[in-house]
Amino acid sequence: MTDKNQIMKQKYPIEAGNFTLAGEASGQIKKVLKQLGVDSNIVRRVTVAAYEAEMNMVIHSVGGNLTLQVTPDRITVIAEDRGPGIPDIDLAMQEGYSTAPEMARELGFGAGMGLPNIKRCADILNVHSKMGEGTLLEAHFDIKAR
Amino acid sequence: MKIGQIVEELSLNILAGERFLEREIRWGYCCDLLSRVMSKGKNGGVWITVQTHMNIVAVAVLTEIACIIIPEGIQVEEEVLNKAENEGVVILSSGMTAFELAGKLYKMGIVSWDD
Repeated sequence: MTDKNQIMKQKYPIEAGNFTLAGEASGQIKKVLKQLGVDSNIVRRVTVAAYEAEMNMVIHSVGGNLTLQVTPDRITVIAEDRGPGIPDIDLAMQEGYSTAPEMARELGFGAGMGLPNIKRCADILNVHSKMGEGTLLEAHFDIKAR
Repeated sequence: MKIGQIVEELSLNILAGERFLEREIRWGYCCDLLSRVMSKGKNGGVWITVQTHMNIVAVAVLTEIACIIIPEGIQVEEEVLNKAENEGVVILSSGMTAFELAGKLYKMGIVSWDD
């Protein structure tokens, strides 16, 4: 997926189960967007979505990558993991529904708000998942809209 | 209101970010579920939570929360405080409960995040 107008693309590996490093990639994304001079409201929305996507991979996946793509018109956050996949995406999109393990809940995760938060923040959200293969989440943010 | 004012009036301990006590506080929120804080967190807020792990620093950085208050004298690990210090996050602590802290902050004129 290359776009001739692409300003930049950065990929951050996300380690499953590593709660100590969790949030680092989203923090980097925030810094990059601020350096690019993106409007602070958009930076906030992208950052919240990136953090939730990052945490979803830390809590639920076996690991994956978080990618930031920026063009003059649009910012895209892509979370791609290597499984196990989401059995029912509609259910996972419902606020309050969570399959987070007890350990994650004790840390204050697993409120069932991750995907709904991403949807609220993004202009367009696409989630594709295949059991046994993985999940691909793409959140798009229009720079000029809103 | 500046962070320094609430530190003084409520006799809070400064665990990290002492150089940022001039930062303005406009809102308050009290919650231990990080996703809720992420969805509601606003720039310039004071956040009261019993969570003390590394991710509270990430949440504070990402939402630009002005400061975190840890209630009930709960200890925070050095590693978390160092991270907060490096990221410019103010962490305060108090022997009071979250309920008492929120009540006192409200009386001092700090409004809810939803207002």
